[in-house]
Amino acid sequence: MSTGTAEVSAAPKAGLNKGRVLGWLQEYGVYAAIVVLLAINTALKPSFLSVENFRVQTFQAVPVLVVALGMALVIATEGIDLSVGAVIAVASAVIPLYLGYGSIASILVALVAGALSGLLAGGMVAFARVQPIVATLALMIGLRGLAVMANGATAKSISDPVLLGLGLNSWLGVPQMLVIALVIVVIVMFVVRRTTFGRQLMAVGDNRAASALSGLPVRRVLVTVYVASGVLAALAGVFLVGHGGYADPANYGLNYELSAITAVVVGGTPLSGGRIRVLGTVAGAVFMQLITATLIQNNIKNSYEQMVEAVIIVGAVYAARGRSGR
Amino acid sequence: MAQRQPADPAQLVLDVRSVSKSFPGVRALRGVDFGVRPGEVHALVGENGAGKSTLIKVVTGVYQVDEGEVRLDGRPVAFGSPLEAQDAGISTIYQEINLIPLMSVARNLFLNREPSRFGVIDSARMKREAYEILRGYGVDVNPSRPLRSLGLGAQQMVAIARAVQIDARVVIMDEPTSSLETREVETLFRVIRRLRDQGIAIVYVSHRLDELYEICDRVTIMRDGETVHVDEMARVDRLQLIALMLGRDLTDVRQHGATAFAADHDVAGEPVVRAHELHRAHQLDKVSVDLRPGEVVGLGGLLGSGRSETARAIAGALPLDGGSVAVGGVPLRRHSTAAAIRAGVVMLPEDRKSDGIIPNLSVRENIVLAALPRISRAGLVDKGKQDEIVEFFFERLRIKASSPAQKVGELSGGNQQKVMLARWLCLNPKALLLDEPTRGIDVGAKAEVQSLIDELAKEGLAVMLISSDLEELIEGSDRIVVLKEGRMVAELTGDAVSQGALMTALAEGDPSPTAGDGAQA
Amino acid sequence: MTTTASTPGDAAAAASPPTESRRERLTGLAQQQGGVAVLVLVVVLASVFSHGFADTGNFQSILVGNAYTSLLALGMTFVIITGGIDLSVGSVFALGGVLAAWGSLHGGLAVGLLLPLAVSGAIGLIQGLLVSRARLAPFIVTLAGLLFARGLLQAISDEGSTTYLVPRDSAFVALGHGALVPIGTAVVLFVLGGVLLTRTRFGQALFALGGSENAAMLMGLPVTRTKTLVYVLSGTLAGLAGALNAARLQSGVTNIGVGYELTAIAAVVIGGTLLTGGAGSVAGTAAGVLLLAVIQNLIGVHLSKYGSSASDLANGVFLALVVLVQTTLARARRLS
Repeated sequence: MSTGTAEVSAAPKAGLNKGRVLGWLQEYGVYAAIVVLLAINTALKPSFLSVENFRVQTFQAVPVLVVALGMALVIATEGIDLSVGAVIAVASAVIPLYLGYGSIASILVALVAGALSGLLAGGMVAFARVQPIVATLALMIGLRGLAVMANGATAKSISDPVLLGLGLNSWLGVPQMLVIALVIVVIVMFVVRRTTFGRQLMAVGDNRAASALSGLPVRRVLVTVYVASGVLAALAGVFLVGHGGYADPANYGLNYELSAITAVVVGGTPLSGGRIRVLGTVAGAVFMQLITATLIQNNIKNSYEQMVEAVIIVGAVYAARGRSGR
Repeated sequence: MAQRQPADPAQLVLDVRSVSKSFPGVRALRGVDFGVRPGEVHALVGENGAGKSTLIKVVTGVYQVDEGEVRLDGRPVAFGSPLEAQDAGISTIYQEINLIPLMSVARNLFLNREPSRFGVIDSARMKREAYEILRGYGVDVNPSRPLRSLGLGAQQMVAIARAVQIDARVVIMDEPTSSLETREVETLFRVIRRLRDQGIAIVYVSHRLDELYEICDRVTIMRDGETVHVDEMARVDRLQLIALMLGRDLTDVRQHGATAFAADHDVAGEPVVRAHELHRAHQLDKVSVDLRPGEVVGLGGLLGSGRSETARAIAGALPLDGGSVAVGGVPLRRHSTAAAIRAGVVMLPEDRKSDGIIPNLSVRENIVLAALPRISRAGLVDKGKQDEIVEFFFERLRIKASSPAQKVGELSGGNQQKVMLARWLCLNPKALLLDEPTRGIDVGAKAEVQSLIDELAKEGLAVMLISSDLEELIEGSDRIVVLKEGRMVAELTGDAVSQGALMTALAEGDPSPTAGDGAQA
Repeated sequence: MTTTASTPGDAAAAASPPTESRRERLTGLAQQQGGVAVLVLVVVLASVFSHGFADTGNFQSILVGNAYTSLLALGMTFVIITGGIDLSVGSVFALGGVLAAWGSLHGGLAVGLLLPLAVSGAIGLIQGLLVSRARLAPFIVTLAGLLFARGLLQAISDEGSTTYLVPRDSAFVALGHGALVPIGTAVVLFVLGGVLLTRTRFGQALFALGGSENAAMLMGLPVTRTKTLVYVLSGTLAGLAGALNAARLQSGVTNIGVGYELTAIAAVVIGGTLLTGGAGSVAGTAAGVLLLAVIQNLIGVHLSKYGSSASDLANGVFLALVVLVQTTLARARRLS
């Protein structure tokens, strides 16, 4: 017995240290990485910290961030939403169709389209009990086809001032889309931390059986997060249209599901559900953009950037697995 | 242990010698001896936590022993995996049939050992052989059918046939009849007897006493991680068997003292919950229970008797084939947990970890989880009300946590259980269903929970209590409904709420007075 | 059940309520043969109502046009039967084409064929190991694989701006020549795939793995190896398909293959393979591929202004419907 206790007391100690390091990396690694990337880039090219560059990077990062926020909510319920890229396409297809009714109306219709898509996904997941990956995969395939059909194969030019403003202009020096994104960040944080719904969301993701036995509205929670994800993806589509000055459903939003999932996972939200890191997700999106910027600044081609991103996501998921698997 | 019969070790095909196995915080096996002879059906019995399943997992290579040794045919063995044990001749038929339901019968039977030529499977031969083999087991089916299209009994046979095909000398059957029909059980027994006559040793784990006496030659009884008795099956009578399993001396019928329960309660008024003829295939057979305010109703029965199922059914967590639940005279319109909770019927589930706690949420959040709709305004949690509730129950239940913000997953079992109780009590329920409320918690917390149950009943709550701890059940309950194989077999009231009466009911109660005989005639 | 009538006592063990069995058999049939039935129906209707559809030339062009891409669905069938998914096949297909063109330009037939096979097999191997050994979710791994393969393709084609042309006199060109070679190759590979799936231990292990990984392990199957190999197989088939397609097009088109994985998945699921794993057939997948091809052909004729987007929509709708029907059937079975 004495040897046994010696072993027992030794094991957790080593495990704790390793776990602590891993845990620290998981929680704060992304912030450290951001600092390192910023330092490298500034050292190589001091103008990296300029206001102008900040604006440029913002326009790239915000759409990913907005999608990632919705994705984080879905992932917190132990789900996944592969349809976000296609929803972006749908939003960009819808806008030119309804611009005749005014810019606000067209944006609202785009958001409603995103909500409907989320309703479909959430309905399949919550009521028909289709696996989230399958339900959203079907939407991923179908919606882009629908979007391209609605728009036609060629990109449509957009000259609406409100939309272009969202995509390019600033309020008091801060890009409009960044302001909106930050408001959404605050809202999501508030919902997650303060509201009844946020509680239910965490409970359902952490232990669905126990949540159901406690009388929680499990289905309603599931449908709501997919709707939120759809609306946020559609908003990202609005931003992309505004920034690009075109509605291009064939090309907008490609691989966004992957970027969003990576941002969420890198930010410390585990794929196993029950936890969400909103600020971490913001940091994850910033990190992804910094990687891209670093590679571009050093004249590393788009092709290598894609490969690097692929390696990062696998690495991030692997690291997250190591932690949640304990 | 003292009563272990001397057996010629050379004669034992499987010989487990003073095996111990510990897990963090638990000594699951303490010097267990277990010997099985070739050509016998050996019953392995014991209540929850007796160590049966740990023993089986040690023998089949799922766990490795801490101390002691396992011998197969006299040679010490140490299996690293179930596969190694299987290759050495120890096969296990699990309660959950471990075959591939979507694949055909023949393919399941031959998987990984298919007859093939040049790497191409000889399908025709495989089907032919499968048909012949299965006919030998009384299963006359087209071997091309998917396994799941067979009845559970036939699936069980395929699993047994597969186990025997790979030269098993010891076949362990873990509750093989739990989902079988009476006639399927007969076929199973015919096969077991044939295997026995071929010299195969069979370890038979079951809680159905009738079956044990019908099919088993010898019996090993385990309790609290030890072997307490080994004997010829026929030489142990039912009452004695139960007494040994539960660790009760027949002559010793103490009344009070070991638990924190006080005397009986004043039972008043009409039943607040009426469960009428709850029915579900293979699990519940027309069970009716009434719960009155101020009364603790115990559910007695061995493992698998339908105790937990009854509680889950009343709480809306088990889909029913028939029956109804009424609260305060009003039948529940929808059979769901949400509806039951709204009506004031709440259940503390048996498996705290998988069905109870939300491990990553805080103690505070876990306590008010079910009460969220009541303490929310405009979708926001009312912090004042929340803290009021949390504070009150922290004090009343003496929950020990570093703060209400600590994660529930980090608490001890006893404190987790108190959090679970707080989750339900803060709803001011009318009826509280407790499924093993003191399992896996320390002595201090156990006494606290027990006196709390007492207090709650005194305050007028209707309580249903399920417990494997006989003392707890008897001293805690005002009335005990005894279940066996999903049916009510006895109801003990007043002075009849005693160990003697309960054990007699468990041993003698006949769950199927007519149906079984009728089918056999 | 007529089969159980022989010996009353013994029959009991096998008997399940007959109504349940019949319904089960019907639902099973609907799930497995539904794709074929719809295919026949659509072909018959199209032949009657769509002018120029029932024409040898049209049939041939449908078959040739889909011969090589059908191999993606073949590989996907194996992966999905294990309960996994391979989202990288579209990119690997494109990569295989570019590598084949580059290889045939610089090393002739052997290099043109072997280089794409080796690279795509290696990508499959890495993905397989990440899924089987590191236990990462297949969709994440292969989504990253999708990105990686596309990046690699662009790296060797100067960001997609260089299209390598297969030398006209190369023996490699013959692999994509005419109608017989592509159709024949696809038929042979599907038949081989069918044998592999139903008549070998490897194939049986795929079903067992998808049916119940735990049971498969307890039954002594090489779970990790099988899981790894299935991604190697899928990757290699995608690379091969890309190479053969490059031979047909006589060039390594760089922007090809986007979204092909989705069409492949749709074809597999329409063919009756369960996305949850454990059941499926190569013949079903062939029917699924043909059904989608015919629909695409009809859309091309009647809705030409919408082009491929309409068939994408059709694929998605089909996939959603089939999955919903499958889940409903599975649930009905569990409840009964």
